[in-house]
Amino acid sequence: MFNMEKRDKKLLIIIAVLALLAPFALNPFPTDSAMAQFNAGYPDLMQRFVIFGIFAIGFNILFGLTGYLSFGHAAFLGVGSYSAVWMFKLLSMNVVPAIFLSVIVAGLFSLVVGYISLRRSGIYFSILTLALAEMSFRLAYSVLTPITNGETGLQVYTNDPQILMGPDSPTVTHLFGLEMRSSYTLDIAGWSFDFAVGYYLSAIIMVAAFYLSIRIFRSPFGLMLRAVKSNQQRMNYTGLNTRPYALAAFVISGMYAGLAGGLLASMDPLAGAERMQWTASGEVVLMTILGGAGTLIGPIVGAGFIKYFENIFSKINNSVLHEWFGFLPDGLENGVIWVLEHFVGSGWHLTLGLLFMLIVTFLPGGLVEGGQRIAKRLRRKGADDDDAPGNKTPAE
Amino acid sequence: MDAILLQILNGLDKGSAYALIALGLTLIFGTLGVVNFAHGALFMIGAFCAVTVQRLLSFSFVTIDETKTDFLGNPMKVKTPYLESWFGPELGASIIDWSVPIAILFCIPIMLLVGYIMERGLIKHFYKRPHADQILVTFGLAIVLQELIKHYYGANPIPTPAPEAFKGSFDFGVLMGFDPNAIIYPVWRLVYFGFSAVIIAAVFAFLQFTTFGMVVRAGMADRETVGLLGINIDKRFTIMFGIAAAVAGLAGVMYAPINSPNYHMGMDFLVLSFVVVVVGGMGSLPGAVLAGFLLGALESFSSMNEVKALLPGIDQIIIYVVAIVILLARPRGLMGRKGVMEE
Amino acid sequence: MSKSDVTRRGVLKTGAFAGTGLALPTIFTASSVAAYTNAPTGGGVTLGFNVPQTGPYADEGADELRAYELAVEHLNGGGDGGMMNTFSSKVLKGNGILGNKVQYVTGDTQTKSDAARASAKSMIEKDGAVMITGGSSSGVAIAVQGMCQEAGVIFMAGLTHSNDTTGKDKKANGFRHFFNAYMSAAALAPVLEKLYGADRKAYHLTADYTWGWTQEESIAAATEAVGWETVNKVKTPLASTDFSSYIAPVLNSGADVLVLNHYGGNMVNSLTNAVQFGLKDKQVNGKNFEIVVPLYSRLMAKGAGANVKGILGSTNWHWSLQDEGTKAFVKSFGTKYGFPPSQAAHTVYCQTLLYADAAERAGTFNPCGIGEALEGFEFDGLGNGKTLYRADDHQCFKDVLVVKGKENPTSEFDLLEVVEVTPAAQVTYKPDHPMFAGGELGKCNPGA
Repeated sequence: MFNMEKRDKKLLIIIAVLALLAPFALNPFPTDSAMAQFNAGYPDLMQRFVIFGIFAIGFNILFGLTGYLSFGHAAFLGVGSYSAVWMFKLLSMNVVPAIFLSVIVAGLFSLVVGYISLRRSGIYFSILTLALAEMSFRLAYSVLTPITNGETGLQVYTNDPQILMGPDSPTVTHLFGLEMRSSYTLDIAGWSFDFAVGYYLSAIIMVAAFYLSIRIFRSPFGLMLRAVKSNQQRMNYTGLNTRPYALAAFVISGMYAGLAGGLLASMDPLAGAERMQWTASGEVVLMTILGGAGTLIGPIVGAGFIKYFENIFSKINNSVLHEWFGFLPDGLENGVIWVLEHFVGSGWHLTLGLLFMLIVTFLPGGLVEGGQRIAKRLRRKGADDDDAPGNKTPAE
Repeated sequence: MDAILLQILNGLDKGSAYALIALGLTLIFGTLGVVNFAHGALFMIGAFCAVTVQRLLSFSFVTIDETKTDFLGNPMKVKTPYLESWFGPELGASIIDWSVPIAILFCIPIMLLVGYIMERGLIKHFYKRPHADQILVTFGLAIVLQELIKHYYGANPIPTPAPEAFKGSFDFGVLMGFDPNAIIYPVWRLVYFGFSAVIIAAVFAFLQFTTFGMVVRAGMADRETVGLLGINIDKRFTIMFGIAAAVAGLAGVMYAPINSPNYHMGMDFLVLSFVVVVVGGMGSLPGAVLAGFLLGALESFSSMNEVKALLPGIDQIIIYVVAIVILLARPRGLMGRKGVMEE
Repeated sequence: MSKSDVTRRGVLKTGAFAGTGLALPTIFTASSVAAYTNAPTGGGVTLGFNVPQTGPYADEGADELRAYELAVEHLNGGGDGGMMNTFSSKVLKGNGILGNKVQYVTGDTQTKSDAARASAKSMIEKDGAVMITGGSSSGVAIAVQGMCQEAGVIFMAGLTHSNDTTGKDKKANGFRHFFNAYMSAAALAPVLEKLYGADRKAYHLTADYTWGWTQEESIAAATEAVGWETVNKVKTPLASTDFSSYIAPVLNSGADVLVLNHYGGNMVNSLTNAVQFGLKDKQVNGKNFEIVVPLYSRLMAKGAGANVKGILGSTNWHWSLQDEGTKAFVKSFGTKYGFPPSQAAHTVYCQTLLYADAAERAGTFNPCGIGEALEGFEFDGLGNGKTLYRADDHQCFKDVLVVKGKENPTSEFDLLEVVEVTPAAQVTYKPDHPMFAGGELGKCNPGA
């Protein structure tokens, strides 16, 4: 089953181990230390890391391989979430039918959108996907409120049918009785680590999704998609119709988005229309480019990067800064805080914008290239002769 | 009938704003091949030029009025603009009243400079990079610009009224024999329409009738050949970038009295302006203008109650429906050139 | 190792603050600690302030944060005590809550229900917050309220005006001090009748999402009850920035009043556009044309500048009120920050005090105990006169202010003047009123 290249196998193992140990790796600081602010190892954020990782992996199958830049992928995530919550409302709080349906619905929706949009290429394709997605968002927010519950977001009410719900079925999302939000907390010395069921379910699915994406990248199908990217015209001249290949990639990535949406709803059964807005579609584009488009691991890194800033930097406020820099003399303390407060709390957008610019300017291949450069420098330090051309291929 | 005429008027007005914003974007996007997600931010900076000029002109000194108290019960601090103390209250107040038109003069050099710095400092390095990288870097820039504005001006909209002389509305209905109040339209919006027409005409004339414009057009069509002829096309493109920024900025200054500027107004217009440019067709200036007016008019009509009764929610999505229909019917938008941004 | 439904990190954190010290390795078991989510173990208690810090409501969020910081200062015995001195309940002593020093964490809702829930979750899971409060829109408030119900913490709503928050989406763990669309309408209608007459034709422009709809439904019902006719109700897309095409037909529709069921940026733009069209200076049906903005916010009204002059609306509270509570609050807020507080700041300050007071009276941070203490609680001295936290739906019932844009403001804060204080009895409705029907409070959830 795992007949893959050694390099890919190594990558898959790294991802699996990282996903497994994330509760440790993301909580490097003792809970009561000043640096605990930077800990990201709590269930909700870890779930977001892997779920948006899935979303970005899927997006990369389309964008990284075919070069088609979709600006409407959030719509698939959105319909995935809506389908999942509807399953909770109609059947029961079990996540399996919910996730299953969200993938199917997103797949069908992306088939329609893809069929229409792929008639055009380049910027025209991007605008078509943007238009279709933004239409979905606006309708979901207003006239489709009976289905989507509009501004408030679709949620589960106690008077919903829930036909499969037994008298003692859990009232929170669960996997055959295993509640998503239950968690084990391990306290060692000053550290505290959370192992949440929801996170591990998402993480396992993410690893599987990652494995699937490796297989797609390395398959003849993947090769065909790359050919579409490098020269579509020439492909067409050979008499081969490239559209079905591109459409297949589009639908696959749409299903990945639906999976991510279904998982988001499974971790927290609420689906809001903003998930479909163009800014959300733009976010996955940014994640992918930031991490490194076309690389296997880049999108996951990019997703983690953006979600980290959104959730950690936005929570640093003035009183936290005062706590950190309280040791400085008053004047200096206020000066340092005055500078820093522009970049944290309500200024987290500014930090993110600056980092976007710096990274894309100095690391054209995204964060993955940064990692490669560091690795290369370390390796060169270790052994100067180990600079074979083979090492320069991107770590896909 | 009068309702339709009213919406035509409204469509022209909306369309002129869309066309003006799209014009600057298509200059950059369709000619230099750069996907500029910071274009909305340029529009926003233009609007904040108006806010800044208004602030500068009403720069005040503080006197304490013992007869009144402020909200804490302390003696009231009264601000008097320097202009009013220098030129007398009436002349001073009327100068402040005219701050938006004054801002137009102030805005042009500022925006040219902003455009120049942006192109030389950042965009220049991204001509040969993939569009995706251009999106990332210009989106980052847009965020940085709007956060800076938010930091200095806050998140709330800031009222920037038009001069007293342009307030109120004009009754077209009476001219055409309708009842009074049947077709009225705000004076400043009519000014905006006229202003856009002038700017659009000026840009076209500049490209059509000057040697500089001719070279730029040649460069747009075939950059390499023009380069081979020994013409420094890069320098001209830098200037074009500045001009595009100035057009966006002017659109923003004039828009400030219509809706109070806020820091995220650029993002609000960003998607729309891309749709307009693409519907018009990549690389086509007339296409962008045409698409701007078309979408403006259709948006106005779709908001009529009769239309909404027939198709609920149509005004929410009309822009996108039109974009999809046009792009499916015409592969390269209304007037797009083959091969531009298609790969 | 311990099995539990939420993390115990907060416990650990506050425990460490108290200097209890932690043996290595420390092992917690859920049952031995407490019977509810994030129970403080002594020393400190953490509150979560979840407000919009980016996006269009960022300024309102910033004002809420200022009020929260002030409230924390007062609860911990700092400053001049503000409304703690005028509050009718006297159990708060300035020594924190139940002897625990009050600490807080902040987060950014981005005015999106997703982001708001993520932020609230991180406060509960990571920081051990025992109460979440804040927000500047109803969608966010309802989303976060639902999450707090599941997680077993109390949610003290910030600025949320939709009927649904304490109507069909009400929750046992959620409490709202702010007024709602029904109350705005009930307070406005009699004043509108008095000032503009009973024979009026109204044209509604409504933001096309749930809050807009409840606002439109409420004000249309209330004005029709005093004899007004509703000519038309038009929904405008939320994303609209320019309302000209919706306002242009108003004058020719036979209506002589325009009701703008908009909030925030929508309100600023639609009002500005309406004034641009000269509506305020027109005569229709032999009467002066009037514009009404049912929900006013002073912060937002500032964005509309001179356009608000003479325009009627309602508000939860205004700094120019002359009761002792308001004066004390304006004094301590104004002295600290240099400008008067907004209604958003006022409501969140009240909510924080009310929570602290309830915990103190209940003798526990257990959401069920606090819920019991708040339900049916009558108080005074927080700026709105006599107020009741109704047990049936967790909505506060208090006087509502009808305000008007001031013609001659004396300062940049002096934008609104109070036209009438509508007594609470006039805006009170039955818990099963059709506009609020469909939901159930459910049972209080203490979490673990």
